[in-house]
Amino acid sequence: MTIRETPAAPTTEVVLEAAGLTKHFPVRRKLRSLFKPVRFVHAVDDVNLTLRRGRVTALVGESGSGKSTVARLLAQLYPRTGGEIKLHGQPTRVRGGRAFRAYARRVQMIFQDPFASLNPVHTVRYHLTRALRIHQRAGRTPADLETALCDLLTRVQLTPPERYLDKFPHELSGGQRQRVAIARALGADPTALLADEPVSMLDVSIRLGVLNLLRNLKERLNLAILYITHDIASARYFADDTMVMYAGRMVEGGDSETVTQRPAHPYTQLLIDSAPDPDQIQGGTGSVPRDAGGGEPPSLIDPPGGCRFHPRCPAVMPRCSTDLPPRLEIGDAPGHWAACWLYDPAGAAPSGTPAAREIGS
Amino acid sequence: MKDPVLEIRDLNVDYGLGDQAVHAVRDVSLTLHRGEVLGLAGESGSGKSTLAYGLTRLLPPPGVIRGGQVIYHPAAGPAYDVMALSHAELRAFRWAETSIVFQGAMNSLNPVYKVSTQLLDVIRAHEPRMPASARLARARELLRLVGIAADRMDSYPHQLSGGMRQRVMIGMALALEPQIVIMDEPTTALDVVMQRQILRQLIELRERLGFSVLFITHDLSLLVEFSDRIAIMYGGRIVEEAPAPALYRDSLHPYSDGLLHSFPALRGERRELTGIPGSPPDLRNMPTGCSFHPRCSKAFEPCPDRVPVLGHPRTPDGRTRTVACWLHPATG
Repeated sequence: MTIRETPAAPTTEVVLEAAGLTKHFPVRRKLRSLFKPVRFVHAVDDVNLTLRRGRVTALVGESGSGKSTVARLLAQLYPRTGGEIKLHGQPTRVRGGRAFRAYARRVQMIFQDPFASLNPVHTVRYHLTRALRIHQRAGRTPADLETALCDLLTRVQLTPPERYLDKFPHELSGGQRQRVAIARALGADPTALLADEPVSMLDVSIRLGVLNLLRNLKERLNLAILYITHDIASARYFADDTMVMYAGRMVEGGDSETVTQRPAHPYTQLLIDSAPDPDQIQGGTGSVPRDAGGGEPPSLIDPPGGCRFHPRCPAVMPRCSTDLPPRLEIGDAPGHWAACWLYDPAGAAPSGTPAAREIGS
Repeated sequence: MKDPVLEIRDLNVDYGLGDQAVHAVRDVSLTLHRGEVLGLAGESGSGKSTLAYGLTRLLPPPGVIRGGQVIYHPAAGPAYDVMALSHAELRAFRWAETSIVFQGAMNSLNPVYKVSTQLLDVIRAHEPRMPASARLARARELLRLVGIAADRMDSYPHQLSGGMRQRVMIGMALALEPQIVIMDEPTTALDVVMQRQILRQLIELRERLGFSVLFITHDLSLLVEFSDRIAIMYGGRIVEEAPAPALYRDSLHPYSDGLLHSFPALRGERRELTGIPGSPPDLRNMPTGCSFHPRCSKAFEPCPDRVPVLGHPRTPDGRTRTVACWLHPATG
């Protein structure tokens, strides 16, 4: 048995595609509100995204923006309220059982906390064997299994594999644990990996090692990776494409370098202005990010009409509170778009609109 | 050089006793000057939080302070050693002279009491003779100071957002006008936008009220921007201490350098980063000599055997900084 290792062909084959993905969670009713209509948390609304072979797509947003919900919807861990998920062009909707197993064979998830995602009473060998058995990749003989296990650990750079196979999670450091979690995901031989904040629980000095490992795996195994993070600087470093989410909606997307260097949406601009910047030594005096809303994201039970960012937006216009902005092309780089009326070619925007700007100007 | 407000001398903190003891803080000497923001950076397990709890004597068992002095210089009167205070003296010292904003401060408020009750409680405990109306006025003033409308006084913590709870905590820390505010990862649970607002406010308050801040975090890029001086801890020891711009421009210790190159840059050229190989050390089984040597790319002959001493390096700005590394042996 061999693990598929196709040479990284310059394909742009779409692996996983979401169109109009929507998830509303019902708010639990108390006795007092039993006869009132059910209210919903609008966690994710109308999200479109595509994961391509051999590319990393980053999804950036604050906590509560719905980015983890998107990952769980894509992994089919939650039933969706609306929209469509296509795997290799085939619309899919699975609810457990065989169909879910078949789906999970293609799409695997890596969770944020490797301290919680590995069972403390089982060894590394058990975790990986289980993943291989479930996805029928353990081979026929014990020798096959052993080769497959060593292969997996070598892939995530836990060498020599014999040293790690019989360890318990508590004997490993955070970075090593996350590598085991990645190896377990690779045990299914997936085509897409959904990584939900894979490094935010790890120590600063070992984060890059794990990110570089994921990039290396992407290139060798030609994987499609969704990288969910709140750290836009790491998205720039690691991802080919970056999407920005705010309050359950996508607000901007495009090539990572373009999105981080020439952010178009006022929210992305605020996010980038707020990131710690060591070059701006002795801050507090530098340019003040403009934020009319005091840094608070809106309630998702009763989200603001129109653009959800309008109560905080420094460039707000009357139509922002009533009309939902569609994806509008920025035109400075192919594929760069923002959901913001400032970029409406119909020209409702007043003259002197701040166009997509260079950082530091 | 400004006058010191807190001098830590050879502080040693252990967890446990006897042979089993884990040395979490080893021979740390550090000086906090009046009105300065001193950043303390390190990975988890480097002993930075233990140091903060040790110097305020808040360490719960099995934490033991094995030795050292913490000399506090009050605004008026002679300096004294915090380690030698009696319990009654400690009670007066805490909060009034040194206050702490804890890690995950958002959850440090009592959920069943109103914000006003918790604020007034502090003031009442330390200034029992103050009339109730003056206490209330002071509480309102504190909330205004941290940018919260006074009508939120009667809110319960769950009615406030994470950022507002954090501001309330900072307001409470300032309630008795302490000389020193220790902040242990105060913004890690917050989003970047909120983090920047709160830190800017803190810097403004510091300029207005003139307290000193010991800022503990793992996010070095944040410290470079917001603090005056930075001390880097590794394996329970301070390995480098320097003014923030100097540390950022040319860090001397390979660990500081590795840490600085572990943060992808948002601006400027996109470069390949490597992080630091290996894992943080196990405190129960520390490497001999310099505890960083197994991960260090520049390790050479003395590193595995002898512990480097923290001292002034032979650089042009050597008098303003210290480093513990055999590459930069201490001058006389």
